[in-house]
Amino acid sequence: MSAPFMSLYRCCQRSALLVVSRRSLSSVSPPSSVSPPSSVSPPSSVSPPSSVSPPPLHTRFLLYLTQCFYDVEMLQSWTFLQRWKRIQKRNTYYGYTQKNYGSDIAAAYYILSLKGGLRFVGQSEWFIADRRGKFNWAFLDHKDTPLEEVNMNYTDINYRGLDNLEEQKSLRTLSLRGCPEVNDWFLARLHMFEDSLEELDISHCPRITTGGLAALRNLKGLKRLDVSSLPGISSPGVVIILLEEMLPKCDVTANGYDHTLREES
Amino acid sequence: MSTWRRVHVNLRKAHGLFPVSSRRVTQPNTWKYGHLTLCKSLSTSRPLRDDFFKDLEVQLAAMRQKALDALPGSDWSPLKMDRSLPPERADVVIVGGGVIGWSIAYWIKQKERLRGGVRVVVVEKDPTYSQASTVLSAGGIRQQFSLPENICLSIASAQFMKNINEHLHVLNEDPVDLQFNHSGYLFLANEEVAHIMEENYKTQRSFGAHVSLLSATQLKEKFPWINTDGVALASYGLENEGWFDPWTLLQAFKRKALSLGAEQSIGEVTDFKYTSNIATTAEGDQVVQRRIKSVKVQVNNSLEYQPIECAIVVNAAGALSGKLAATLGILLPVEPRKRYIYVLNCPDGPGLDTPFLIDYSGVWFRREGLGGNYIAGTSPEEALEPDTSDLEVDHQFFEEKVWPHLASRVPALEKLKVTSAWAGFYDYNTFDQNAVIGLHPSINNMFFATGFSGHGLQHSPAVGRAMAELIMEGNFTSIDLSNLGFRRIIQKEPMLERNIV
Ligand SMILES: Cc1cc2nc3c(=O)[nH]c(=O)nc-3n(C[C@H](O)[C@H](O)[C@H](O)COP(=O)(O)OP(=O)(O)OC[C@H]3O[C@@H](n4cnc5c(N)ncnc54)[C@H](O)[C@@H]3O)c2cc1C
Repeated sequence: MSAPFMSLYRCCQRSALLVVSRRSLSSVSPPSSVSPPSSVSPPSSVSPPSSVSPPPLHTRFLLYLTQCFYDVEMLQSWTFLQRWKRIQKRNTYYGYTQKNYGSDIAAAYYILSLKGGLRFVGQSEWFIADRRGKFNWAFLDHKDTPLEEVNMNYTDINYRGLDNLEEQKSLRTLSLRGCPEVNDWFLARLHMFEDSLEELDISHCPRITTGGLAALRNLKGLKRLDVSSLPGISSPGVVIILLEEMLPKCDVTANGYDHTLREES
Repeated sequence: MSTWRRVHVNLRKAHGLFPVSSRRVTQPNTWKYGHLTLCKSLSTSRPLRDDFFKDLEVQLAAMRQKALDALPGSDWSPLKMDRSLPPERADVVIVGGGVIGWSIAYWIKQKERLRGGVRVVVVEKDPTYSQASTVLSAGGIRQQFSLPENICLSIASAQFMKNINEHLHVLNEDPVDLQFNHSGYLFLANEEVAHIMEENYKTQRSFGAHVSLLSATQLKEKFPWINTDGVALASYGLENEGWFDPWTLLQAFKRKALSLGAEQSIGEVTDFKYTSNIATTAEGDQVVQRRIKSVKVQVNNSLEYQPIECAIVVNAAGALSGKLAATLGILLPVEPRKRYIYVLNCPDGPGLDTPFLIDYSGVWFRREGLGGNYIAGTSPEEALEPDTSDLEVDHQFFEEKVWPHLASRVPALEKLKVTSAWAGFYDYNTFDQNAVIGLHPSINNMFFATGFSGHGLQHSPAVGRAMAELIMEGNFTSIDLSNLGFRRIIQKEPMLERNIV
């Protein structure tokens, strides 16, 4: 088992070195993207830069490697799996905390560990994790106070993590801007806040599609919804009109779409 | 000697980081591209000796492969082989390459301990799937059943679809997008059947399904476009219910199973070869035990046929599985039943919040896309079942049986236009309208996964897993489906859904 991995490791190391050296070279003299690193030649002698090469070099290189070696293929699928496992692990159910400190503290702890921010009901103070994941432990003082506002912008929250927020019956504002793991299944689970949620921001989430937006019909108390810049919805003009029709009491914000398209529809 | 010469010749060639002969022969065209971009820069200072040993290794590997090919158990033969023919031997032969068949193939390959350890062949007679139920279905998934088995199968399948890319993602291919619409199912009940709905609701909740009950007033509040006359109670799925693209699911299973090494062969299974044994029970009765030795595959458009020697056969032939079982003289109560789906257009019909609505009259409809399109249908009465020799659509049926109920339930649809229609075959279990899953009692290597009667698509991921458990481990480990086995048919104990329609 270890022998193929060692050879693979060495191979990767070498190729990484080559890729790096080539990169630095091309940054020095822009047009020379194909010349070997050993012979630094003037730009004139180099073949013309390829204008039609959509996939970046390292993807092409990896693709090539996987076609030649099972090991690389295995390594790639292994990293894929590890990434998924890591995200699942970060979103596990905080059962132990919940048992010892109650569901509100567990929810707060979960949010802060994912580098999110929150505000308890009746408090004006926000608890926010900083960029390096450090946060103020004083949130432990608010035992049995439910959350009112939660800000999970740009975090790894996924539908599994929602287990931790299940008991939050007074959650009014939820902000999920730019979350890579928020998808349609996540939106379909938001029905658990159907009585309390008033503001929802799901802008810039790459995995949301129209099929998930239909699930927002269960949030009957929604007053403000931000669906700006969702790359996954195909005909945004129609979808936004339908969304406004479905949630008549809600103010839908939708920026970042091609304006001409909206006027047409 | 010739090996040696080849090595020698190779030595003189220009070498890149990867010697020419080390690439897999199956992908010759990918080489050119990589060669041009990579080799120039990488071939600067590598000792030739290194290449020599590498090439030698490769040649030895090729020799080993040849020796392996000649061993018994492989397909190699000294005569020229026709690759389009099915293999001569396999461990598991799955008859029917619909969503059920491919799901089983995927799960078996996923569970095998050693890569290539189990040889799975899926035999499909029609690679265009022109008549397969999978691609002609409505694509719905719901948890609103009454049998615990069906509820659990739905929950497990929804769980699978949630993580579909962790299961069915193939390296360097696009991720799977099922186009799942999370719009839920809405069942309507009248006074007579409301109590059944309430009981079902309790069962569903107890298994963890997210379903809610609505009174007529609540229903009106939630869906103002529904005419609630005659409705006593409604049950509405909040989560894990909706519809998706069946073709994508089928292709995703197929792509992943093939990438894991399952094989596909095109042809129709027409016959089986088996051995019989007579056993005597404790009471002194004599029972015939049979064991299938090989499956006869008739190659399409030709007189050629090929037997596949196999250890296990899975009957996943959908609507035709009854016919397939009949060739063995087994009475399997599964037959094709024709069902119509009509595509409607109505610009001022209900909008994005339209669920998969099922009225107590049996009529159903759901949204299709965003442009005011819907699809609708209903099941005919038992006595009026249409002829199943073709897939012609009866438009009269819509006028008489579907439209009146639909227009009275959803007044906004009164001005609808039927834009097109299609028909498909239910794999209808005439005995109790539920799946038959498991081993046949008297043929000890024939498994069934059929008879889903209109909910096979949504259960396919979980059924595939259950079948793979049964085949590979000998019993069900995740969901116990032993009540859905063949035995109930022999013992005449139907497992009926207590449904409102
Ligand atoms: C109109 C309609 C609506 C439906 N709606 C839904 C729904 O909303 N939700 C849901 O879950 N389910 C629905 N279903 C049911 C669902 O489509 C089926 O239960 C499911 O597709 C069964 O899958 P299968 O793989 O067993 O069968 P199939 O998809 O029919 O596949 C069987 C395959 O076996 C092949 N075959 C048959 N005999 C042989 C042979 N002797 N040799 C080789 N190959 C053979 C056939 O060519 C076929 O491709 C619907 C069905 C219909 C007809």
